[in-house]
Amino acid sequence: MPPKNKDLLGIKDLKREQIVEVLETASRMKARLASSPQKLDDLKGKAVINLFFEPSTRTRASFELAARRLSADLLTMTPQASSLTKGESLQDMVENLEAMGPRLLIVRHGSSGAPGLIARHTKASVINAGDGSHEHPTQALLDVFTVCETLKITDYGDLKGLNVLIVGDLAYSRVARSNLFAFRKLGARVTCVGPATLLPPGLESFGARVGTDFDRELPGADVVMLLRIQKERQEKLNFPSLAEYTRFYGLTKERHARMKPEALIMHPGPINRGVEIDPDVADGRTGGGARTVILDQVHHGIPVRMAVLSLWGARE
Amino acid sequence: MKILIKNGRVVDPAERRDGVFDVLCVDGKVAKVGKGLPAEGVDRMVDARGWVVAPGFIDLHTHLREPGYEYKEDLKSGTEAAAAGGFTTVLCMANTQPVNDNAVITEFIVRKAREVGVVRVVPVGAISKGLEGKTLADIGQMADAGIIGVSDDGRCVMDSALMRKALQYARGFNLLVISHAEDENLSGPGSINEGATATELGLPGSPNAAEEIIVARDIALAELTRARLHIAHLSTRGSLDLVRAAKKRGVAVTCEVTPHHLMLTDEAVRGYRTEASVRPPLRSAEDVAALRKGLKEGVVDAVATDHAPHASFEKEVEFVKAAHGLVGLETALPLCLRLVEDKVLRLPDVIRLLSAGPAKIAGFKGRGTLKPGSDADITVFDPGAKGKIDASRFRSKSRNTPFDGWPVRGRVHYTIVGGKVVYDEGHFNS
Repeated sequence: MPPKNKDLLGIKDLKREQIVEVLETASRMKARLASSPQKLDDLKGKAVINLFFEPSTRTRASFELAARRLSADLLTMTPQASSLTKGESLQDMVENLEAMGPRLLIVRHGSSGAPGLIARHTKASVINAGDGSHEHPTQALLDVFTVCETLKITDYGDLKGLNVLIVGDLAYSRVARSNLFAFRKLGARVTCVGPATLLPPGLESFGARVGTDFDRELPGADVVMLLRIQKERQEKLNFPSLAEYTRFYGLTKERHARMKPEALIMHPGPINRGVEIDPDVADGRTGGGARTVILDQVHHGIPVRMAVLSLWGARE
Repeated sequence: MKILIKNGRVVDPAERRDGVFDVLCVDGKVAKVGKGLPAEGVDRMVDARGWVVAPGFIDLHTHLREPGYEYKEDLKSGTEAAAAGGFTTVLCMANTQPVNDNAVITEFIVRKAREVGVVRVVPVGAISKGLEGKTLADIGQMADAGIIGVSDDGRCVMDSALMRKALQYARGFNLLVISHAEDENLSGPGSINEGATATELGLPGSPNAAEEIIVARDIALAELTRARLHIAHLSTRGSLDLVRAAKKRGVAVTCEVTPHHLMLTDEAVRGYRTEASVRPPLRSAEDVAALRKGLKEGVVDAVATDHAPHASFEKEVEFVKAAHGLVGLETALPLCLRLVEDKVLRLPDVIRLLSAGPAKIAGFKGRGTLKPGSDADITVFDPGAKGKIDASRFRSKSRNTPFDGWPVRGRVHYTIVGGKVVYDEGHFNS
């Protein structure tokens, strides 16, 4: 059933059942991909525009592949955000694209709320592929999907008892927000830890537990989600040095050894090796213990995005 | 020229008058307020039965945008908006292009406003040249040309030593110093209150402390220099507490609050509504409650609009790129009347905050009151008239308001400036 919301701008706007529907659809997509042929025709004859104002390799590629697997007529554009200094031209650009009659617009933008602004000027369904420090809904959906697949959870709507620990940059991370909302809506317990300077006010009001002590929370976690540190931005203001960050919030080998053996380690990528996570832990070379599922996340990006494109693309 | 306003409810807080009277204006001045004044020899009669007759409203904080940004507003459209909102005098801020930091610009504004303006325009000069916060503007020469105060509004004078000099120097010319209180290092790009809403939306927030630090600093400097300090668009509970305490100590400090900070919280920004992007940002419900209490207790001296017109292309953009501010001249009275409905204020309080209060701060003698001998600056409005705020009908050139569609009460029927009816049931006579 196609979703009621015209656009997918964030997890915050989704109901629990809608999240479950995406995940169930993704599961079917994954099964369909496993059987040949790999090409489906859900979006046949429909135009999809990938509009990336901000550089991104993996998300863009993932959406492209998902759209192609669904037989969409795909166009990828990477306009330089710098040439669009006035909203008028952003509006102009969207109106021009609108004239081409796309069914879906996949938007990545450096400013929070920009996909919503675009959505107001187009009849196409806008899928947020990450906006500023706001949301990255498909990343959260693929993260939940990865957790469920790996831990063999089949009832997506019931993650009660699951302890999710989100670590690091809660202030600027769109992945953090979307994951916090998604896991909370599905009933999991979510704890956010990071340097106090990266814990913005109000996280508790979204149902998260909040703290600064990684070591205390780590042993109880079923999922440890490490967030990418934007080195250039953070080091200046939010903590004294990368070394200090790693000391308190890095998933080192020592910390890895203290995790639940069946726990999962996730990272939205790209990884700063040796900062958020020890290289050996990242690559799963430490042997035993908690599992790193970073590449599974990437792998699941395709069926999850296919599910999103198919569902939103089916709206009349 | 004689005008007789008959049978209105005359509310003149400065004179503690509230009752049904006639008001007679002769040659630009209020001549008499009384019952059953004879209509003989009167050039114009206004029947104000069932309506309120109030001293003309004075806005301490308007951006008229001329010179330089006439596409947003100009002296004609801005003063028409003022008249339509019941304002008879507006103080216009210096952040024009070029900046009003010298007598040539001041003279231009004064002269042009006299030619095309519908209401009285009193410029506020810049504190620093180019609003750069580095060196003092030509404050004395601007005083000669007609400014009544100085402010770098839109920018904060971050250099405390320069702010001290500004207060000292302005005092020598008996000028008011208006503070845009914002520690710019702390507020950064934040045009939303720091809090859960900002976190959810992923927008950089500005904490209350960014304002309060400068309010505290400027109060300390006003104490040091014994100058007259006015805090513009005060928005937090903490700032109000600082002003309250300073007043108790006898510091010459006053403050204004805008209708939007009294009516909205940061929730209004949800959906990345750039119409609600203002500086200082809309605050929490707790702050709004404190500001309302401050109005009631008299700590807040005036309501000012911070009328900040912007073109739609400056607002219909990504939130962090959007121009800050909203238009306020035409919505101020109906929004303030909501405070009466909400039982926060009585009608005479609203009128005091829009007339006598600002007149006192600006040092306008014979304005903000209907006392005989005063300027015949009068607003006649129907406080009960139901309607909706309709931005498409604004006289301002700009439409940036978060209040479009709000059900409100209050309609201005006549605005009289210097004994002349300049706004007459929707028509202007400049």
